[in-house]
Amino acid sequence: MITSRDDVWQKADVIAVDEVADRIRRIVLRPELPRPALPGEHIDVLATVNGEPQVRSYSVVEAPDNGGQLVITVFRTPESRGGSEFMHSLEQGQVLRITKPLQNFPLRVGAPSYVLLAGGIGITAIAGMAALLRRLGADYRLVYVARSRAAMAYLDDLAAVHGDRFEAHIDDEGGSLDVQALVAGVPVHTELYMCGPIRLMDAVRRTWADRGLDRTNLRYETFGNSGWFDAEPFVVRIPRLGVEAAVGSGESMLEALEREGVDMMSDCRKGECGLCQVKVLGLAGRIDHRDVFYSDRQKASDSSMCCCVSRAVTAAPPTTSGDRPAVLTIEVP
Amino acid sequence: MTTSMTTSTTTSTTNSTTAKLLSYPLNAWYPAGWDHEITSKGIISRTIAGRPLALYRTQDGHPVALADACWHRLAPLSQGKLMGRDEIQCPYHGLRYNSAGRCTAMPAQETLNPSATVASYPVSERYRYVWVWLGDPTLADPALLPDMHQLESDEWAGDGETIHAPCNYQLVLDNLMDLTHEEFVHSSSIGQEELSESEFEVTHDENTVTVTRWMRNIDAPPFWLKNMRDRFPGFEGKVDRWQIIHYTFPSTICIDVGVAEAGTGAPEGDRSRGVNGYVMNTISPETDRSCHYFWAFMRNYRLESQLITTQLRNGVHGVFGEDEAMLQAQQAAIDANPDHEFYNLNIDMGGMWVRRLLERALEAEGRSIAARAPAPAASSKA
Ligand code: FES
Ligand code: FES
Ligand SMILES: [Fe+2]
Repeated sequence: MITSRDDVWQKADVIAVDEVADRIRRIVLRPELPRPALPGEHIDVLATVNGEPQVRSYSVVEAPDNGGQLVITVFRTPESRGGSEFMHSLEQGQVLRITKPLQNFPLRVGAPSYVLLAGGIGITAIAGMAALLRRLGADYRLVYVARSRAAMAYLDDLAAVHGDRFEAHIDDEGGSLDVQALVAGVPVHTELYMCGPIRLMDAVRRTWADRGLDRTNLRYETFGNSGWFDAEPFVVRIPRLGVEAAVGSGESMLEALEREGVDMMSDCRKGECGLCQVKVLGLAGRIDHRDVFYSDRQKASDSSMCCCVSRAVTAAPPTTSGDRPAVLTIEVP
Repeated sequence: MTTSMTTSTTTSTTNSTTAKLLSYPLNAWYPAGWDHEITSKGIISRTIAGRPLALYRTQDGHPVALADACWHRLAPLSQGKLMGRDEIQCPYHGLRYNSAGRCTAMPAQETLNPSATVASYPVSERYRYVWVWLGDPTLADPALLPDMHQLESDEWAGDGETIHAPCNYQLVLDNLMDLTHEEFVHSSSIGQEELSESEFEVTHDENTVTVTRWMRNIDAPPFWLKNMRDRFPGFEGKVDRWQIIHYTFPSTICIDVGVAEAGTGAPEGDRSRGVNGYVMNTISPETDRSCHYFWAFMRNYRLESQLITTQLRNGVHGVFGEDEAMLQAQQAAIDANPDHEFYNLNIDMGGMWVRRLLERALEAEGRSIAARAPAPAASSKA
């Protein structure tokens, strides 16, 4: 839910900016109205994208001084929707509009054991949980996976703080995570909290279901910005409205349609709620379903899609043909 | 009249406020209900410390406290249905949640939105109550429950009730920390003039406040004469009477009360020629102007007699009805006189230490001491 309440917005000063890993910046904010933050909480930030204000969500990595400071960590993707680029332009002394910390991903205290799984920048949602579980003396494992060491924020710190409970799996060092083994090894009432690329989360979700574990013990947060294929430009058409829009690799189909003046409905903009669904009438290429709203069965049918996150691509693996983008023909409510 | 006071800890002294509407700490256990009220057959709706709760038990008997507002459109879950082992179904569009507050079914789609949860608060069951912790769940340690062991001990018998008191919870604490009011409010049962004439002693530590009062060689008021005769048929004569008020943070007050034949050594510790009761009181703030006041009267003699249990419960029911009427009238007068302040008497010593402990806890939570709710319209319901 994008909050509609005015009373949660406040000003925050940028008090420090640091590059903590490749294209990853740690940004320390001083909110006007400090309040302690809980693990799993995020703030919404008003970013300026193409001169327009747009809301982006970032996990609170830590909130020292009883919330007097809020630390967020932002990864700049080449195909960024423009928000991360704005965040990377911030400098000390600038003032932002942010919300108070909001909770969509609560950690339940009192489970017999925990697995915390972070993929890449997903560590921002997970690190605070690990810190709390450590403080509580809980039984937990912290698993951190990424393509390369250079892209792993806080790697050394986490390894030092969590010791034996910490493990890193780094693809380009030959240490890829064996998801089957991870899920096979968890005791029955374990709660697994994860945040990372959709491919990783999907693999865990399937293995979890195959093992017959309680699905409510699998907790995850998505930001809707990763898929099965790299994002590429494509074309979307709405014959009834006579609309044709080119969707750039750095924007969503929803944003492109809104830019074209199509009256679109949406809420979460991260593939959870299903409010932005559109009907697929025709397809040249394939659909990269990046949402968690549709079931596998529904995704396989390709009859509709969540346009806030899902995209069209030419084919797998990413081709070099380039000049013939995928084309989607849709109907909107 | 003289008073004496000893303090068992030394902390820097600040002036306590006398905020007329005291706010309530959240990092604390509050009683949500009697054990028998919370069942696996139905859901009860009750607001504790400003949080509307849906209270029920799982099929295996574990109590559950969920926020009483569905994630979707905030319909009250307490009007829904219990299903399966531990689930509750929203009465409006049928979302289901388990006892951890996690959505388990969204009827109109094939998946579950991962954000769909309602708060599930830590609960603990002890001393015939189900307790709930509404603050930081990482601090919810059952070892912090107040001691009310008389409620589940073989050596004590008794029963109690709940009063839905239309006043700020602190007014009830004040009422119980100073029993001189018995002379005026409860004149026909337990009141007598020696109450306000006798000395009392106050002690405190970080978590408790104790007020002790002994009245020696006095006539037993009607309530106590009856109790003496239940144990010692035909008893006549003077008694030594005691009231030892034990407060435990945030809102539990257990009062050791009784009388013994005068001069038989009760003040020195020999209560064998007397009758001893424990008035167990524990209070949950509901709103800034209302609270759930759970009480029971326990005794350690004639344990076999259900007749005495019933008589005592009914007797105390009558006495506490007098308090309830006063508390309601007091809250109404407070609201009707917003420009007037509270002043203190020496009899408020115990109540003021209670305030001090509550204020420190509120400060530690970073919350304001005075509740800020606006006064209700003058014609609030009687
Ligand atoms: S807006 Fe919620 S799924 Fe797209
Ligand atoms: S309000 Fe509960 S399901 Fe809609
Ligand atoms: Fe009273």
